Order: sequence, then structure tokens, then C-alpha cells
Amino acid sequence: MEITWTSLDTWIAVTAALAAMSCALPGVFLVLRRQSMLGDALSHTALPGIVAAFLFAHWMRVAGWWDEVEGGSFHALLFGGAVLAGVLTAFLTEVIQKIGRVESSAALGVIYTSLFALGLLLIRLFADNVHLDAECVLFGTVETVVFNTLPDSDIPRAAVVNGCVLLVNFTLLLLCLKELRLTTFDPALAESSGISSSLVHYVLMAVTSVTLVAAFESVGSILVITVLVAPAATAFLLTERLWSMILVALLVAGGSAFLGHWLAIATPVLIFQPLGFTTVDDTNTAGMIAMAIGGLFFAAFLFSPKKGVISQSVQRSLLSFRIVCEDLLGILYRLEEFARSDDAIRIPTGAPGATIDPRKGLSGKLLDRLAVWRLTRQGYVEVTETACVLTDSGRSVARQLVRSHRLWEAYMAKHFPLASDHLHEMAHRVEHFLDGSLREEIETELDGPGEDPHGRSIPDEP
Amino acid sequence: MSERSRATGCRDRSLKPFGWTGWKARAFSGQRSSRSRLFSCALLCVLLIGIANPMSVNAAPALEHEGASLSRADIEEESKPVRSSFVRILTLQDHTTRTVLLGTMLLGMSSGIVGTFMLLRRQALVGDVVSHSALPGVAIAFLIGEMVSPGEGRSLTWLLVGAAVAGLLAVASTSLITKFSRIKPDAALATVLGVFFGFGAVLFKVVQEIPSGNRAGLQHFILGSASTMTSGDVSLILKASAVVLIACFLVFKELSILCFDEDFASTQGWPVTWMDFALMGLVVAVTVIGLQSVGILMVALLITPPTAARFWTESLSRMTLIAAGIGGASALAGTAASATIPNLAGGPTIVLAGSMFFLISLLFGTKSGLIGRWVQRSRTEHRVGRDHLLRAMFEVIEARLGSEETLELDQLKTEAVSLGELTRRRSWSGLRVSRLLNRAFTDGDVSLDPTGAWRLSATGARVACRAVRNHRLWEIFLIRSADIAPSHVDRDADFIEHVLTPEVIEELEGLLARKDPRVIPPSPHPIPPVEAR
Repeated sequence: MEITWTSLDTWIAVTAALAAMSCALPGVFLVLRRQSMLGDALSHTALPGIVAAFLFAHWMRVAGWWDEVEGGSFHALLFGGAVLAGVLTAFLTEVIQKIGRVESSAALGVIYTSLFALGLLLIRLFADNVHLDAECVLFGTVETVVFNTLPDSDIPRAAVVNGCVLLVNFTLLLLCLKELRLTTFDPALAESSGISSSLVHYVLMAVTSVTLVAAFESVGSILVITVLVAPAATAFLLTERLWSMILVALLVAGGSAFLGHWLAIATPVLIFQPLGFTTVDDTNTAGMIAMAIGGLFFAAFLFSPKKGVISQSVQRSLLSFRIVCEDLLGILYRLEEFARSDDAIRIPTGAPGATIDPRKGLSGKLLDRLAVWRLTRQGYVEVTETACVLTDSGRSVARQLVRSHRLWEAYMAKHFPLASDHLHEMAHRVEHFLDGSLREEIETELDGPGEDPHGRSIPDEP
Repeated sequence: MSERSRATGCRDRSLKPFGWTGWKARAFSGQRSSRSRLFSCALLCVLLIGIANPMSVNAAPALEHEGASLSRADIEEESKPVRSSFVRILTLQDHTTRTVLLGTMLLGMSSGIVGTFMLLRRQALVGDVVSHSALPGVAIAFLIGEMVSPGEGRSLTWLLVGAAVAGLLAVASTSLITKFSRIKPDAALATVLGVFFGFGAVLFKVVQEIPSGNRAGLQHFILGSASTMTSGDVSLILKASAVVLIACFLVFKELSILCFDEDFASTQGWPVTWMDFALMGLVVAVTVIGLQSVGILMVALLITPPTAARFWTESLSRMTLIAAGIGGASALAGTAASATIPNLAGGPTIVLAGSMFFLISLLFGTKSGLIGRWVQRSRTEHRVGRDHLLRAMFEVIEARLGSEETLELDQLKTEAVSLGELTRRRSWSGLRVSRLLNRAFTDGDVSLDPTGAWRLSATGARVACRAVRNHRLWEIFLIRSADIAPSHVDRDADFIEHVLTPEVIEELEGLLARKDPRVIPPSPHPIPPVEAR
């Protein structure tokens, strides 16, 4: 069996992408407001809302007051039910939290599990009347949704619905950007400038509910939480500005829909059939979309340029390598200085005339050996049989470093009441981060000191 | 100002964490020796195994045939009418029913206990993540089982191991994400939950497409169904819950210190990270055991019972016991109801039973239930209103007589006060004054003569004298010791006069020249007379 991608697959992916993107918009604000789990709760409680609306419609039909079966107003009723349930969840959580003095996450947990259980029970009890399949609600059926197209075209109805929701969400975002931004980042300022943060909160909840319900058909009630929060969380790892976060979240959501559907087609062929499960020829697209977003999130978690775990550790080890190299240079400089003078200042490597073994570096650790190699490559150090010797360029770099060190010691000694044996440690750290202009400033501040507090001369700027 | 906040601050619940000092003293003074702990634990072990073992042994042979399920269908077949089967269940006549009920009850109890600690650590929703992310574990365990020996993948122990591994992985990844990136805990929880559940959805679809997968009944792990469990499943659940229960009992002290003072624990040399991990392990264990009977809504059993228990008590050990009781009771009620009433799914029913208990606790809880708090508040309001009213009457009379001398009780009782005077005295609305007067009339503090004039009764006069005295003592204290201008002390004293204890009064009396309790000091600030109309 091969991996085939037809125009139907494109429509499935487009529908899912639109659904995911429309969810990602409110998701950005949920993540920023630290209410992601409220989104989870809403995605659960929309179920009882839908079921209740369904039963209400059924009851009206039985009573003969309404004969709409599948039309627009029927769907509007379902939407209404879900939105009501969503707002009710947010409201009840707040009420329980306030009057019951319960911790917010516990209040949320109590409310949404109760409502979700109620919805499940209603489905089960009225299963004969309601054509609602719990599993279908949970996992979504984007694969079959695309067969329900607009008349005389290939465009799936769900794609149109989700596209409209995306547009509406975007328009709302543009209209209420100021209010949203203010209540999200500085609720106190918002309140004092007359913007009701609770109103914004409830509007956000209502919009989130509508979006969730629209996306239900495509991605299912529980997976909605993934497309709601995970793209925004991914974007949160990658950017610092609100607008770029929104854009990245949209990109992640849309991209992972395509990636997820491709994976759903490809994994049976690539993974499950080789494992011996030959009957498997299809997997769940919605689940795969969730996994695709998960993969992107994980990638951002590891490799995000500024905040990724791996990029940060790479930066850290590069820095520590630079420090090791500079320390080596500094010690070589001090050894030279020591050999020139007859002043018996003790230096870290011990006896007078000590040299640094080119095969070991300072301590023989890997990083030290690497440092010797790197300094040789850079031309700062020349290696002979038994010793490392500074070259001219190396000496000028080392001189800057030692100058930074001693200037900082002098500066600390002047301005802080520290014992002279406490100065070295601090200077040892700071020396790597002082540049020429800062050294100059310190020098003018100290009126051109000739010596550091230990009585060693401060070398001139090379 | 600071005096007031000190006096009222202790009423703030947040400042009084569960009688912490007493608990700490008990836990670390070694009064409760480890030997007695071990002994009581051993007793519990024997008890639980004693209950669990004969049942599973007895139940197993009876139900060993293929696909034996303790379904309500069976029960209904045996005794057709629902009512009689309900009676059978309630009176525990069936072995099988008894095992199911006992199993779910133990599960509810252990989740109540574990949930208490999660609630106190403000990590209640972690259970949600665990229950959702156990699904891929279940499916992978099934698939591996099928690969190793086709047709044998559905062994509950094996599936639960898979679920537990996945649950632990999910919890670990949430804490790693929060630790190593700037993602906040809520977003980390939601992301991990969604991604794991998505993985689960994919794998469940795969499982369904395997010939043996359709019959495996894995979908029961999503919504839970106590009625399709086999006797082997039930006894496994029973034993696992018993083990969790005993484990909770053994590490109770360690978990409590983890919840209340993590820093203290780590300075005392406790391995806090490992303790945290152990707590997560317990959460995962409880959730995974409950997956088959309750499903992904298992988180409700972790959150609702302890939250409900919080309304009844402020002591940790009592809260744990009550949470265990509520958890067990809701599991019991839910299972019993779903076994008797057709079409009532087990998981949701258990959750809703728990919600009912929550509602009851929210309303009637003795420590912070709404009704209890409302009664207490209205009592306080009554007392405060009475003091204010009687003091206002005193001040009206005092200003009218304008005497330099202290008022005598007889003078207080003979002078009449009109409603209008009181209204003007304290910027009260007429409605409020008449309500206060009616209340005072019922209490016998005041009397009304036909002309519409109110007079203090003997008790009323005494209470009025006490209220005025307390008020002025505090005013004098504020003026002399806190350097507050005499024109500003009235409102402050207004708040504090009702809560002054006799000891404080005695201390305040040191400010006076004459300590005679009958003497009421003159007001340190002028009280403007109210002109009678």
C-alpha cells in the first residue's frame, strides 16, 4: 500500500486547519491569562450544553411547536446550548470559588467533571432519541465531515463554518484588542481605566465556547483542548510580542493540521503494517493533529532560539568554554609576569617557574584540553614540548583580561568595605564581562590607579 | 490601625492553616512512635486482606467461565424486577455485587485520601492529566501484548501497567516543562493532556482495526463501566486499592509535611523530590485503578471528596478521613445506582453522586458551609446592631441631659427616645432603625409606650452601659497610645467595641483614674446633641 494524497485529503486538512486556527486565537489569551485548564473545562462542558439543546429541540418537535430538523436554526440552538454551558461553567466556578472559598483549580475540577458526567448520563439515558455518539463527540470525525459539502461544490460545510468562526474571532480580536491586552497583562490598570475585566473574561469564555463547538465536528471535544492551548504554548516559547505570538500560534495550528493528516495517512503504512498489524490502514486524523502539535511544541521546547532547553544549554556551555579559555590566557599572562619579577606572589599553579602542560591544560579535564587546542588554533598560544607560551596577540588579549580583573578589584576595594581576600572571587567572575569602554570608565573613576589592592600593577590597555 | 487588623486578622481563614503548630508538635515530638504506626498499619492490612481474599477466592470459581461479567444484566436475569435487585444489592446478598461494591468503595476511599494531598498542594488538576494520558499506555500495552501473543493482549494487569507508565510519563513531562521553560503550569498540564490523549485516540483507532481489538472492550477505559468487569478485574482492583490505602497510611506523616511546609521538610533532610514523586505515584496508581470503572472522569473522585471535606473540618487527619468517607460513599452510591437502573453509566453516576455530596457539604458543612457561615454572620450582625442601637440611645439621652456626671441606670430607663432622634444620631435609614428596634423589642432590651417613645429596659440599659464603656475605653486607648486625633477615633472604636474580651478590658481600664466598672468615662470627643423634634 502506498501513501496517497487526494483532493479529499486536502479538504480534510483545510477543514482541520481552519478549526485549529480558529481555536488557537482565543487559546493565545487563555495561555497568557493562565486559564488554560478553563479551556479544558469548557471543552468538556460544551457536551452537556449540546445534549441539553438537542433534547430541548427533540422535546419541542414532539410537542409539535417546531419542525426544524437539520437546518440553520437547529445548529444555532446547539451553539446556544454550548455557549450557555460554557459561560455557566465559568460563572459557577467563580461562584464556588468565592462563596465556598475553594481554591480555583479545585472549584473548576468539581464543576466541569459534574457537568461532563451529567452530559454523558443524558446521552446514555436518551440514547434512543438522540443520535449522538459519545465516541464521535470525544474524538471527532473530520474524515467523514468532508462528505457533507455545500451544494454544487466540493467545499465541505464544516470548512465554511470553521472559516467563518476564524474570521469572526479575528474581527473580534481586532475590535477588542486594547481591552484584551490590558485585562490580560495588567488587570488592575484595566479596572482603574474603566474596563470591566470580568466582562472581558465572560466574553472570552463565550467566544471560546462558540469556537470549541464549531471545531467539535472536526477535532472532537477533548482534542479541542490541544488545538486550543498547545499552539499558543508553542508560540509562547518562541516569541515575546503579542502579535508575533498570535501569528506563530496560527501558523503552528494550521501547519500541524496538514502535518497531522499526512501522518494519519502515512503511519499505518510506515509503522503499523511493518509491525505486523496488517489490517490497520487508517488512523485518527484528529489524534494525529494533536500529536503533530505536540511534536512542534517539543521541538520548540528543545530548540527555541532563546528559551529552548538545548539552545540554552549550548549557550551556557559555549560561555563556560570561553571562560575556561580566558582563564587559561590569564594564568599564562600571570606566569610570565611572575617570571619577570622577583616578587613572590603565589599563583594558582604553584611553584615559581611553573608552566602549563600543553597536553593537560590547567587540570587535565576535557574542556581544558579543548581550550589549549582552541587557543592554539586562534593563534593566541604556541605549544612547545613542555609548555604553552603566549603569542603576541594572545598576550594582548590576556593583558585586557588581567587589566579587567585588577581594575575591578580596585573598584570594589574603593567603594565597598570588603576584606582584601574577598575581592579576587568577584573580580574573577566579572573579568569576563568587562569591555574596553567599561574598563576606561572604571579607570577614570579611579583616577588611573597604578596598582590593584594586592599591590600588583594594573597593565595598560594594549 | 494595626491593633484592629491584629484583632480581626485572626479571623481570616488563610492565616490559620489547619492548626499547624499542634500537628507539627505531634508529628515531631515522637509521641506517636513508629512502632504503634506499624502496628496499626499491620492491623489494617490484616483486616483488608481478610475482607478481600475470601471474596475473590469464593467469587472466582463461580464465575470462571468465559466472559463472566458482573453485569446488571446478570443480576436482572436472576431477579427480574428492578426493585428486588436493588434490595439485593443494598443488602449485599450477592457475592459478586459485594466484591464490585467493595472494590469501588475502596477505590473511592483511597482516591479521597490521595486527593486531599493533591488539593492541599494545589495540584488538583494533575489527576485530570493522568486519567487522560493513561489511554495511550493502555493501547500500547494492548498492542505489545498482541504482538507477543496474539489474542492475549487483554490482560488487565498488563493494561494497567501500561496505563501507569504512561501516566507517570505525563506527570513527569508536565513538571519538566514547567521546570525548564517559561510555560506556566496550567498550559503545561493542558498541552500534555491534549497531546497524550491525541496519541491515545490514534492508537485506539488502530486497536479497533485489529480483529481482536474490537472485542477487547478498551473503550470502557474512556468512559468507564463497572458493570462489564470480570471477577478477576474486580479482585485486582480490590487488592490494588487496598495496597494504595495502606501505602497512604504508611506515608501519612511524610505527605502532610510535604503539603504544609516543603521548605521545612527539605531543611529537615527529607528527600522532598522523591516524596513528591511518591505522591504522584499514588495519584497515578489510584487513577489507573479507577480507569476501568470510572474512566477519564476519575479526576472527579480525586478533587470532589477532599474539596467537600474541607467544608467540615480544619484538621488534616479529619479532612483525610472525611474525604475517604465521601469518596467511598459516592463510589458506593454510584455503583449501586448504575447496577440497578438500566442505562445509567457507572462512571458518570459515581461522579454525580460525588457532586451531590459536594453540594450538601457546601451548604451544610459545619466549618465553612454556607448555611453555617450565614447563621454565624447574622448572629454577629445582630449582636453588632444591638450594641450600636443601645449605645446610640445612651448617647442621645446623655447629650440631652448634658450632665457632667455619670448617668445613673434609673435615668437611662426613664428617658424616652424617639425614632427620629436615633435616625439622626447614626445616619441610619428609618427602615434600619425600626428593624433594629423591633429586634431589640423582641429581645426585651427596649420598651415602647403608646406615644411612640422608646425606653431602655433594665437589661437594655446594662448592655448600653457596657457598650458605651467599651467604646470609650478603646477611644481613650487610641488617643493616648496610638496618637490618633480625638475626632478620628469614633469609627475605629465602632468596629472594635464588640470583640473586646474581658482581659483586654481589664488592661484598658489601667488607663482610667477610677477602675470602678460602674463608672462610664465621659466621651473624649464632643457628641453633638440631637435636637428633638
